[in-house]
Amino acid sequence: MSQYCSTRFANILHQVDSLNPMGKLHMNDTIVSSIYNATENISQQVVSQREKPKIDWDKKLDDVLTSRVFGFPSMLLLLGMIFWLTVAGANVPSAMIAETLFWGQDRLTDLCNYLHAPAWFHGFFVEGIYRCLAWVISVMLPPMAIFFPCFTLLEDLGYLPRVAFNLDRLFKKAGAHGKQSLTMSMGFGCNAAGIIACRIIESPRERMIAMLTNNFVPCNGRFPTLIALAGILVFGMGNTFGATAIVVGIVLLGIAVTLAVSWTLSKTLLKGVPSSFTLELPPYRKPQIGKIIVRSIFDRTLFVLGRAVCVAAPAGAVTWLLANIYVGDLSILAHCAHWLNPFATALGLDGFILMAFILGLPANEIVLPILIMSYLATGSMTELESIEDLYNLFVVQHDWTWLTALCMMLFSLLHYPCGTTLWTIRKESGSSKWTVLAALIPLGIACTICFIVAQTARALGWV
Amino acid sequence: MKRSRGSTITNEIMPLYHLPIGKSGVVSSIEAEGITRRRMLDLGLVPGTKVEALRVSPGGDPKAYKIRGAVIAFREKEGSQIMVKYKEG
Repeated sequence: MSQYCSTRFANILHQVDSLNPMGKLHMNDTIVSSIYNATENISQQVVSQREKPKIDWDKKLDDVLTSRVFGFPSMLLLLGMIFWLTVAGANVPSAMIAETLFWGQDRLTDLCNYLHAPAWFHGFFVEGIYRCLAWVISVMLPPMAIFFPCFTLLEDLGYLPRVAFNLDRLFKKAGAHGKQSLTMSMGFGCNAAGIIACRIIESPRERMIAMLTNNFVPCNGRFPTLIALAGILVFGMGNTFGATAIVVGIVLLGIAVTLAVSWTLSKTLLKGVPSSFTLELPPYRKPQIGKIIVRSIFDRTLFVLGRAVCVAAPAGAVTWLLANIYVGDLSILAHCAHWLNPFATALGLDGFILMAFILGLPANEIVLPILIMSYLATGSMTELESIEDLYNLFVVQHDWTWLTALCMMLFSLLHYPCGTTLWTIRKESGSSKWTVLAALIPLGIACTICFIVAQTARALGWV
Repeated sequence: MKRSRGSTITNEIMPLYHLPIGKSGVVSSIEAEGITRRRMLDLGLVPGTKVEALRVSPGGDPKAYKIRGAVIAFREKEGSQIMVKYKEG
């Protein structure tokens, strides 16, 4: 019976071949064409279109937003405005949430005292886990709650495809996809969200390039660190302009590294034919504000925050243990830092800074607090009130030079993505190999660049 | 269809990428193969479809075209694989 079937099947195939040798008749095309013709006829009969408005606003807007002269400036202006809103607007709610959560910590302390809980219990759960969670939430939540809706607004307006349209040439030269410019800008908010955004890139090769290079743009978690370090660099000069310029320079460096690494990957590990590029430029639409807020809060902000909380809680526990278990007269944290010191010094850092980056893997926001904690040997994360205090602690008490601050900025910009992002890469790529590479490639680049900068500066006697 | 010199109206077949901005042509054939070809057919680019070249990216590539009421951007590579009949007049 089955032989009968297969003979008949072979017969049919043979007949098809003789009717359409080598597929020359383009049966597919004929079928698609006739489908389109039929639908065109039907739609002409049943669909009536409203008369076109006199002014074609889509065209007018596009004439400005994608023009040779105004295309790039308008793009920079819009993104700059979002950054400014995020940075300027996040401080107040951040402080409010921090105040509330740290008030909660005091109440938990009261509760522990009331219950006569042992000191380690209070330390581990309240000063370790709770404080780390409070820190991550208060630093991450407000910028995300501002940045994501703003970004979703641009998305809803239909502006984002224009960005990809404008920038595609640049990314094409790097062997990547124009839509990577969008996932990159998303990374400024949060690298984990940027990785999720990589879904918009259809071709697996270019999507992987976008995922592996996303963390070269500093996220909300790293901006405060960069801003504080830039402040230390220009401390005493008394101007915020210098600090802003340094941060902008660091961001531009990150974009340059993104393009360079994309290019290298597309020539080596992810070699292949560039996929076809089709991008729809939809008509501009009136944004649906309510929908935007709901969508960006639930799909992005809470999603990312949820993952961050899952990673930060154990991190707080580990950090607290390392800082509070003493071997001899030093904590484990200090022992590790001393052990790492020679290597870290070669990179222009010191053992404590490197240790802070290692323990800061769960979330970049906790790197600076961990560093301050280990310098002060307080046993729990602390924040200093002003740049002046930071300057005194780092430069006066721990012998920082401008090179230390610069190398720490470079390391912060280029090092491996945070735990939440790595987890997201694992989920999105479904591959442990690429996840490991997503950590190792940036780490290698960060070490190399810091090493070159530190050794050059020392060899030239600048420090 | 060769360019007929001397006449004011010519019917020229050219790659869509070379269609001057603001002009429209009619698709005569799709040269792409595989997934790219499929994607183009999905967009409604079948022989006989009217296509208008709308604008160029500030970088010079890609270009955006109006196809069946939608605006779609193609890079030079894709735009060179779509042949259109362009009525110059």
